[in-house]
Amino acid sequence: MFSRCNKLVSSQSTAQKSVWSCLRSLIKNDYATEATFESKPFKLHRLDSGPSTKSTITSDEAIEMYKQTQMIRRIETAAGNLYKEKIIRGFCHLYSGQEAVAVGMKSVMRPQDSAISAYRVHGWTYLMGVSALGVLAELTGRKSGCCRGKGGSMHMYATNFYGGNGIVGAQVPLGAGVAFANKYTENGGVCFALYGDGASNQGQVFEVYNMAKLWNLPVIFVCENNGYGMGTSTERSSASPNFYTRGDYIPGIWVDGMDILAVREATRFGIEYCTSGKGPLVMEAATYRYSGHSMSDPGTSYRTREEIQEVRQTRDPITSFKEKIINAGLVSADLLKKIDVEVKAEVDAAVKIAKSEAEIGLDELANDIYSNDLEKEIRSTTPFLFYKHNNSSGKTPINL
Amino acid sequence: MKSLTSLFREASKPKKYFTSNNCQRVFSSSNTENGTKTTSMNMFQAIGSALDQTLKSNPNSVVFGEDVAFGGVFRCSMGLQEKYGRQRVFNTPLCEQGIAGFGIGLAVTGTTAIAEIQFADYMFPAFDQIMNEAAKYRYRSGNEFSCGKLTIRAPCGAVGHGALYHSQSPEAYFSHTPGLKVVIPSSPTKAKGLLLSCIKDDDPCIFLEPKVLYRSITEEVLEEPYELPLGKADIIRKGDSITLIGWGTQVHVLIETADLARQQLGINCEVIDLVSILPWDSETVCNSVKKTGRVIIAHEAPLTSGFGAEMAATIQEECFLYLEAPVQRVTGFDTPFPHVFEPFYLPNKWRCLHAIKDAMKY
Repeated sequence: MFSRCNKLVSSQSTAQKSVWSCLRSLIKNDYATEATFESKPFKLHRLDSGPSTKSTITSDEAIEMYKQTQMIRRIETAAGNLYKEKIIRGFCHLYSGQEAVAVGMKSVMRPQDSAISAYRVHGWTYLMGVSALGVLAELTGRKSGCCRGKGGSMHMYATNFYGGNGIVGAQVPLGAGVAFANKYTENGGVCFALYGDGASNQGQVFEVYNMAKLWNLPVIFVCENNGYGMGTSTERSSASPNFYTRGDYIPGIWVDGMDILAVREATRFGIEYCTSGKGPLVMEAATYRYSGHSMSDPGTSYRTREEIQEVRQTRDPITSFKEKIINAGLVSADLLKKIDVEVKAEVDAAVKIAKSEAEIGLDELANDIYSNDLEKEIRSTTPFLFYKHNNSSGKTPINL
Repeated sequence: MKSLTSLFREASKPKKYFTSNNCQRVFSSSNTENGTKTTSMNMFQAIGSALDQTLKSNPNSVVFGEDVAFGGVFRCSMGLQEKYGRQRVFNTPLCEQGIAGFGIGLAVTGTTAIAEIQFADYMFPAFDQIMNEAAKYRYRSGNEFSCGKLTIRAPCGAVGHGALYHSQSPEAYFSHTPGLKVVIPSSPTKAKGLLLSCIKDDDPCIFLEPKVLYRSITEEVLEEPYELPLGKADIIRKGDSITLIGWGTQVHVLIETADLARQQLGINCEVIDLVSILPWDSETVCNSVKKTGRVIIAHEAPLTSGFGAEMAATIQEECFLYLEAPVQRVTGFDTPFPHVFEPFYLPNKWRCLHAIKDAMKY
């Protein structure tokens, strides 16, 4: 028992505090119930004080976050394979490497908080409540998909998750609109508007920074900086690669986006900041994507294989989190292995259905263009079969 | 010009339509009968050749867009940065409105500006710059200024699995904008000649490249630079029973349809590649319709306010007394471009053939 805690002192000088909580709980049972971890310092823009660099989590929270990161990684691996098998067609952007951003944020989001993102959203969709099957079947265009196969990779939705948007940067102004509604209805919610380093150069991002600050909206602009906007590195695309300062008059935070707990603390701080009426924040999460921009990009023509390998070996968000929580005595390696097996089983089962299930009926091709289509027959549909406009039965939009 | 067009047609007997995705990288040179040198090229190589020759012959020309430095998503600008340097072939940030506006600025100083918008679906963020700024520069300055040196290239159309935002055909939106020229090639030969014409042309041009054709057709293309006329349609196949009009990918669907119609109905269809959307060659089209008395216009974009609507209106004005059947349009559905249902949405040869049967028995 003591040897493990001693080892912890030597191996993790940054987590001294956790040794004591670890010791305390070890007296009661074999594993600690909570532990505190130290994260890299944040960088601040126009803020006197920032998030706490100390993060305390319980054993249950650690297990939950571990499971989520593993699940996202597995879903993405499965998606990559399905794409290579040509079962997923079209455009498919994987989140592998960036899991800590979504998982860290989601871990402190409250029921009234919401998120909107771009096209790298399989992980976010899962976290916001859609099952692995809902994600994978959407990718393969089958019935059980969260949009019943009509959206595909880039367009997925869940309660308080406004998608899944295919056009670079277009979702960011929507986030401010959602935040205005939060403020107007006084529901206390904060909206997280996510975009990449590439999208940060879209003009509409700056338009909406102004609107958000002008009206002090509870919106957090989260720039997931994975280093590359498609095939162009941030240094080559951005005059200022300090994305957390890009809001100028909007305060900003830089956070290590490979560290779940750092993201968690930054998000907690952001929610408190926004809900106290101070208006918007910009949060830059420095992260990395292992795959290419999309499946059609091998991702190696503008960066080296060595670079990717180095990040995988030294900064992987799952490996580092796993080491931390095992060393702190929050969980056993055996338990994590068990979780891995469960996650794999769930994803494998989902893949099986996502491969074998049918698509929705052809009659649905023309459904849901309008709430109330004034012309029932859709113009130009084939001479062999006329498509009537319908609304998918019994479904009301989840956002209303 | 007309003789040039026919020359190229002779020099470029298409080997195969839709030969799947096998890119035939055959760079073997060969000589045609009249001594001009040709090379086997697919469409992205033909476009690359046009860009290469422009950069080579015109030192005041630049190529830019998202990821074009390492060849672009569809490889059209492959190797150009190595050849002409970072000052002339460069990546832009992901900001389509900025790309278009920047291109207008360059062009108005007299620089030949060739911008790439990565997908035609992303032209909408740049729409204001194109239709309010580029198209009207000459008019609003009383011909003192123009941005005619601007050419915007963008891959358009269905590709088999592109879903909502990588498949659209926006030509009709631009056709509503006097001041622009809008061109869509249907083969490597046409792509090279038309792109060179657009680049040389003194008005801002929108050059929409059907992305499914980039790798699916290989032709013998002239190595030296050449231009094909803008605003001129191309009669691909002569016929007397009915006129079939399309552009881009749809031209190939119509050729297959014409084959079917010959086998099944024993009729000869006249197939026209419209080539230019704005301005469009109403003379060639109306002469053909006056001859055949029947016409079908087919395009991938939705029916309502598709470019076929404009053509149908003109045809009925010009050819009213010659028409044996109503003008028919076979188009994409009035739905967003679907994800899993693309094969049903597209105006395929069966739908076109059905329209021919309707027109013939009217």
